[in-house]
Amino acid sequence: MTENTRKIGNTLLRVDDITLSFGGVHALNGVSFEIKEHEILAIIGPNGAGKSSMLNVINGFYHPQKGTIAFEGRERKRMRPHVAAEQGIARTFQNIALFKGMSTLDNIMTGRMLKMKRSFLWQALYWGPALKEEIENREFCEKVIDFLEIQAIRKTPVGKLPYGLQKRVELGRALAAEPRLLLLDEPMAGMNVEEKEDMCRFILDVNDEFGTTIALIEHDMGVVMDISDRVVVLDYGRKIADGSPDAVRANGEVIDAYLGVSHE
Amino acid sequence: MSGASSAAGAEAAPGLGVGDTFPKLLLDMAKRRGDRPAIREKEYGIWQSWTWGEVAQEVRALACGLAAIGLKRGDKIAIIGDNRPRLYWTMTAAQVLGAVPVPLYQDSVATELSFVVEHAEARFVLAEDQEQVDKMLSIRESYPKLEQIIYDNPRGLRNYTQEFVHSFEDVQALGRDYDAAHPGFFDTAVAAGGGGDTAIILYTSGTTGQPKGVVLSFDNLIKTAANGIAFDSLRAEEEVLAYLPMAWVGDHLFSYGQSYVAGFCVSCPESSDTVLLDLRELGPTYFFAPPRIFENILTTVTIRMEDAGGLKRRMFKYFMKIAKSCGTRILDGKPVPLGERLLYALGDILIFAPLRNTLGFSRIRLAYTAGEAIGPDIFDFYRSIGVNLKQLYGSTEASVYITLQPDGEILPDTVGCPAPGVEIKVAEDGEVMFRGPGVFVEYFKNPEETAATKTADGWVHTGDAGFLDDNGHLRIIDRAKDVGHLNDGGLFAPKYIENKLKFFPDIKEAVAYGHERDYCAAFINIDLEAVGSWAERNNVAYASYQELAENPDVMKTIQSHVEAVNRDLSQDPRLASSQINRFLVLHKELDPDDGELTRTRKVRRGFVADKYESLVEALYSSKDQVHVETEMTFEDGRKGTVKADLRIIEARTFGQTEPLKMAG
Repeated sequence: MTENTRKIGNTLLRVDDITLSFGGVHALNGVSFEIKEHEILAIIGPNGAGKSSMLNVINGFYHPQKGTIAFEGRERKRMRPHVAAEQGIARTFQNIALFKGMSTLDNIMTGRMLKMKRSFLWQALYWGPALKEEIENREFCEKVIDFLEIQAIRKTPVGKLPYGLQKRVELGRALAAEPRLLLLDEPMAGMNVEEKEDMCRFILDVNDEFGTTIALIEHDMGVVMDISDRVVVLDYGRKIADGSPDAVRANGEVIDAYLGVSHE
Repeated sequence: MSGASSAAGAEAAPGLGVGDTFPKLLLDMAKRRGDRPAIREKEYGIWQSWTWGEVAQEVRALACGLAAIGLKRGDKIAIIGDNRPRLYWTMTAAQVLGAVPVPLYQDSVATELSFVVEHAEARFVLAEDQEQVDKMLSIRESYPKLEQIIYDNPRGLRNYTQEFVHSFEDVQALGRDYDAAHPGFFDTAVAAGGGGDTAIILYTSGTTGQPKGVVLSFDNLIKTAANGIAFDSLRAEEEVLAYLPMAWVGDHLFSYGQSYVAGFCVSCPESSDTVLLDLRELGPTYFFAPPRIFENILTTVTIRMEDAGGLKRRMFKYFMKIAKSCGTRILDGKPVPLGERLLYALGDILIFAPLRNTLGFSRIRLAYTAGEAIGPDIFDFYRSIGVNLKQLYGSTEASVYITLQPDGEILPDTVGCPAPGVEIKVAEDGEVMFRGPGVFVEYFKNPEETAATKTADGWVHTGDAGFLDDNGHLRIIDRAKDVGHLNDGGLFAPKYIENKLKFFPDIKEAVAYGHERDYCAAFINIDLEAVGSWAERNNVAYASYQELAENPDVMKTIQSHVEAVNRDLSQDPRLASSQINRFLVLHKELDPDDGELTRTRKVRRGFVADKYESLVEALYSSKDQVHVETEMTFEDGRKGTVKADLRIIEARTFGQTEPLKMAG
């Protein structure tokens, strides 16, 4: 392989001093970090460290009690997930959240909802501008299908697909929204080695071909170290490390968090 | 022979392309059928097509571009990837320049490919995508003579900045400039080619030893293509799906050669996973597949029918019985009583036509299978539901056709009559030899093999043993080196006998003996799945393979199968003496882990004979029982010993004079 010439740019998203609690439980405690344009950032940490909460804060599902989030330099306080989506943040879920009875193509088309400007009535008429719009969006979805190599399951109901393929369809739906920032919550959980390799390749290709910034949560350390440019480590709601994969691997606090501290 | 060059095929039938090379045929098609589709590819879910006129433009730009980056007459250009229009165009573009395309098997790994690339002395390569480019880059490290790499699909290749890696578009853009700067270059280059020139080098996959590069000339391919078109009266309106490897001679002739000569449109599937879906969408009229694919399709049908509702299942069973009794005769245009004809027509409306539609065979006029023996049940299934499936026998060295089954003369165990222009003879040792317009020029850089395979007067050894029957149809029985003789001089063709046995679903493997013996005898493995499901239905309890194999009812069934094979063999004077006199059912399944089968599940006859020497001896003695102890490897790798007392059964044999008497 040749050297990756991709440029990592300026800060795309900055989270600053985020604190999130549910009752007395502090899920996140004063966490700050940045996501830079075009990079692949991994968020890791033991169970209950607050990783998924962090993604939920970023895409506006949870509202932190304290702290600020700035996307493309614009700060926001309370924001609904659909606003985050309109701004260009898309995500996949730890437990697949697809429409099981719908085909792969239809599921991916739902990712284009925000791009479809015509009203429900127009769409029901399926004529003139609505038809044109549908065709344009279908074309984009077909490019996503081609990109993810899922042509053979285009018309298959998602519920009938094996788990690894469902994950791929979910990634396809997120890609259909043409996101600037893609949040992936454990994209490789429950996959076998071959499926993981495929998924890694797709994540790297998305990043490379479209320049999409990616933040992902993952437990497989091999994968994390291989594909990410930078790693943020959370433990008990606090950030304990932030740096290149090699630096994080050598960090004493990270080793303690994962392996436990001996009490001598 | 292929020496003389002439406007091949031009006189064969009106409407065919005129020209003695593929570039000339392309330009002729562009002139006469310029706005008709030449090739299609499914992309982004839609069939995209290119007309003959557009293909000519694409090829022109590409050929000039290849010339601009240094491809010259006599150079080799390797082509690797799935069936894609651009890969086919690269063949034509190279041929314009007098360069020789060398298609490679796309699934091969770099180490396998490096032999071919180096042996062919390829200077250029067209690779479909990143995967193939990576293979070629790794070959280039040890073989720097591979100068330029061109890729079709740019995905993932944006960071490959080496100056010798080009995108297809860039080469075409260079070509358009080159064309503008050198007017007349393209036309001169096309005119310089002739029918005797090398068109392509196809490497045979080579089950033994290194692959050999079969050199075929334009005359070989174009004459053979035209002969095939005339034989099956193919038209310019045929629909063909190109999905078999481009490095295989069949794809080259059906999807490239015949398309250029007859002018029909070839479609490339969206991806290798979607072939069956695309097949159904496209509904080809002319289709080729190895027996394995027809077998897989049939299995899917069977499974889906078993899951269907009761009414559908009963209808399917009822009408399939009718199809079996008269379907093939109707297809062959033979007389069938009106009543049966009407029932068949009803079945066609209710079952056969929808079934053909589901399989993608709605519009099929002609389907071929070749490569290995096809089970008569599978063959008859397709023919009985109205798919005109036929067998052919061919080889790369023949530019495909050696024999073909003509319409209306379909016998399941023959491969048909000599193809037009092809002569066939059977050598004294039983080996089939042929001579004809498609006979290859030589093996590339391998004069010894060429001399060993092709005689001075153009006869080619096939390595297969067979004979022409009374109707002039060729019957292939085995690889020539495996064919032996019984002590009475009768022919002994083990694979032929084994295949006949294995066509029974109850028999999984068979090993036949008889070379330099007094009579033929066999080991048999039952098929645990098929026999096991019989046992389940009939409440026969069994604990192991061995126990099931020893069941007297199973023995009786196997005996009836063996006797059915014997009755079949007895009808043929040449094979009548190799009827199976005695057989036994083995106490264990033959297994690759024990070295009895190869990894591709072919019986290692010699090894089995040595391992079970006592059993073989018992088959040729008067004993009716034999004790055996065998070491075997279990699935977890442990070894153990199986002991058994095997019964040896005498099977009834048939004299030639009583062919139609029923066995007991």
